[in-house]
Amino acid sequence: MSRPVDPEGLAARFIDLEKHETTHDRQVWGMRQNRDKAVADVPEWANLRERASQIKEHTLTHLDQYLEQFEQNATKHGTHVHWACDAEEHNALVHDILQAHGVKSLIKSKSMLQEECGMTPYLQKRGIEVTESDLGERIQQLSNEPPSHIVVPAVHKLRSDVAVLFAKDIGTDPNDSDPHHLTEAMRQAARPRFMAADAGMTGANFAVAETGGFVVCTNEGNADMGASLPSLQIASIGIEKLIPRAQDLGVFIRMLSRSALGSPITQFTSHFHGPRRGGELHVVLVDNTRSERLGSADFWHALKCIRCGACMNTCPVYRRAGGLSYGATYSGPIGVILDPGFNLEKYREIPFHSSLCGSCSEVCPVKIDIADQIYKWRRVVAEKGLLKLSKKVGMSAMGAVLSQPKLVHAGESVVEQTLPHMPRFLLYNKLNPWGKHREVPVAPGQTFRQWYLKNRRKNS
Amino acid sequence: MKVGLFIPCYVDAFFPEVGVATLELLERFGCSIEFPLNQTCCGQPMANSGCQEDSAATEALFVDCFQGFDTIVGPSGSCVHHVRFHLDAIEQTPQAKKVRAGTRELIEFLHDDLKITEFPWAAFPHKVGLHDSCSAVRGLGHTRPSERVYEPYFSKTRDLLGKVRGLELLEIDRPDECCGFGGSFCVTDEAVSAKMGYDRVHDFYRHGVEYIASADMSCLLHMKGVIDRLKLPLKVIHIAQILNGGPQ
Repeated sequence: MSRPVDPEGLAARFIDLEKHETTHDRQVWGMRQNRDKAVADVPEWANLRERASQIKEHTLTHLDQYLEQFEQNATKHGTHVHWACDAEEHNALVHDILQAHGVKSLIKSKSMLQEECGMTPYLQKRGIEVTESDLGERIQQLSNEPPSHIVVPAVHKLRSDVAVLFAKDIGTDPNDSDPHHLTEAMRQAARPRFMAADAGMTGANFAVAETGGFVVCTNEGNADMGASLPSLQIASIGIEKLIPRAQDLGVFIRMLSRSALGSPITQFTSHFHGPRRGGELHVVLVDNTRSERLGSADFWHALKCIRCGACMNTCPVYRRAGGLSYGATYSGPIGVILDPGFNLEKYREIPFHSSLCGSCSEVCPVKIDIADQIYKWRRVVAEKGLLKLSKKVGMSAMGAVLSQPKLVHAGESVVEQTLPHMPRFLLYNKLNPWGKHREVPVAPGQTFRQWYLKNRRKNS
Repeated sequence: MKVGLFIPCYVDAFFPEVGVATLELLERFGCSIEFPLNQTCCGQPMANSGCQEDSAATEALFVDCFQGFDTIVGPSGSCVHHVRFHLDAIEQTPQAKKVRAGTRELIEFLHDDLKITEFPWAAFPHKVGLHDSCSAVRGLGHTRPSERVYEPYFSKTRDLLGKVRGLELLEIDRPDECCGFGGSFCVTDEAVSAKMGYDRVHDFYRHGVEYIASADMSCLLHMKGVIDRLKLPLKVIHIAQILNGGPQ
């Protein structure tokens, strides 16, 4: 049995850092505000959302056809197409390709799928040097941490944290946290790695069935450099990334960066159709539980996700807790509904790391019913007997009492009689989480029911 | 009109004055109110934790208590949202369906069903900050959620509060950010819940709010706990109390 992650405990530690949490909340909320401004400028946003959702639903319900169409068309361009059932198969395939080309060092752009597969540690263990080329991902790689956000991977760090980190790795001044200086220093340090790399890897934001091409969106141009300098390029693509036609990009590209950062489009939107002259292009299409999810009536809509991160930016829990508190590849609301599908035992606490406020469902550009799925995952956890013992006992006791009016109506009078007279140390201790940061409410002299019996019952 | 009055368990125990204000307000508009004495809870605390089995008996009791009413009104967005959208741990009998469809939250009942436009008795000369709860905004549609910038703005809650003499509504930075109550979330994810509560309360405080008003007493229970701990000069009040002429 996997040991469950403890999102609540990890979140409490992040909040204790105070400055990290307040800065994180402000910056991430800023992205939500930018999204609002960008979306307000597109009068047809509601129609775009509906269209995007329909295209994804259509593709997912005809996925076999579109995948084969993609393979055929990609192959026509000279792209090698591979299929991987799971993370292990993906990693082994990538390793085989790299080995066949004698690759020693690899430069890669951001890919949540490669994170999901644990590809970097797999390759490093086998002697291949892997360098993240996205600035945020590089910061995370040097910190030995997974990304905390799917678009801005190091958003939980302060500039001063990055200054200290870069000082150790590339010898910058630990007291200079000017973002321009830090970025430039890393750019200079990264160039030789780009030049020396034997292979470049990317993910993909969209794979187009009718053209056999795929699209990578970045703001730093790092994917383009990594794909253009070495002669070998490999792209890992989740099978849910398919869209039928090139013209469908007109819907998704308009929504992706507006939802993510509030910019009309990413700085680079690169379309790859076949290998560059003299080079080789490999695409690995990865399932890794996606087919299983596709068969789930309650949860298949999560596959519509285009990884914009809007749900994370709006989530009041994510903003306070930080992405690392989820202890999983995917954090924030989308993580809450994706992670349990990978390993329910390990991630059984994650569906409770939500106040169910519903804001995620509202910002989602492809209309995933995220909040409803969080609610449903809680049921799955309970049905599988994986609830925390305290919750299990508490809820069944509550259910037993609340279904019996006589017990309840006797109980309240006890509460109201005893609560005001309880010594403070009984109300405010470690066993009562309410009282750690909040005062306990005082029950007044009588319940509404008692008032009603005195003041209205006699008239009716 | 005959109305079954639904008073959520924590309102009954901790805020009887909110129940009284709701009842008196509905009586002012000629409703004939009956409060079924056996009612306890709608089942939400258990169901929200995933425990369908544990919520079934409580949900059955709720249906049993209210099946004789065509209209059931409760002063809580969160509980009414549970009844309408999630009360499904029990068999969906005609009685259960009738109770679920007939359950209305106080604001929507006044605004949409009774179409009330005047509260001549109501004066509240205070600076008020509105806490639209998540269930009320995104669940029941009391107000256009802030995420839907592409739709015209509306707010049933503001329409009603706008009819109260002397009441000054103040704007805050994050109009419909969750306060962090979230049911059992407030104890299982204590640190996050409390931080959300602190941030929410401070948003009202730095904008000069005297009263935080809401249609959800559970959010206010949580925020009052924060206000009392921080000893801030803020008060909480249920909208039913304001519409009924102020706190008694």
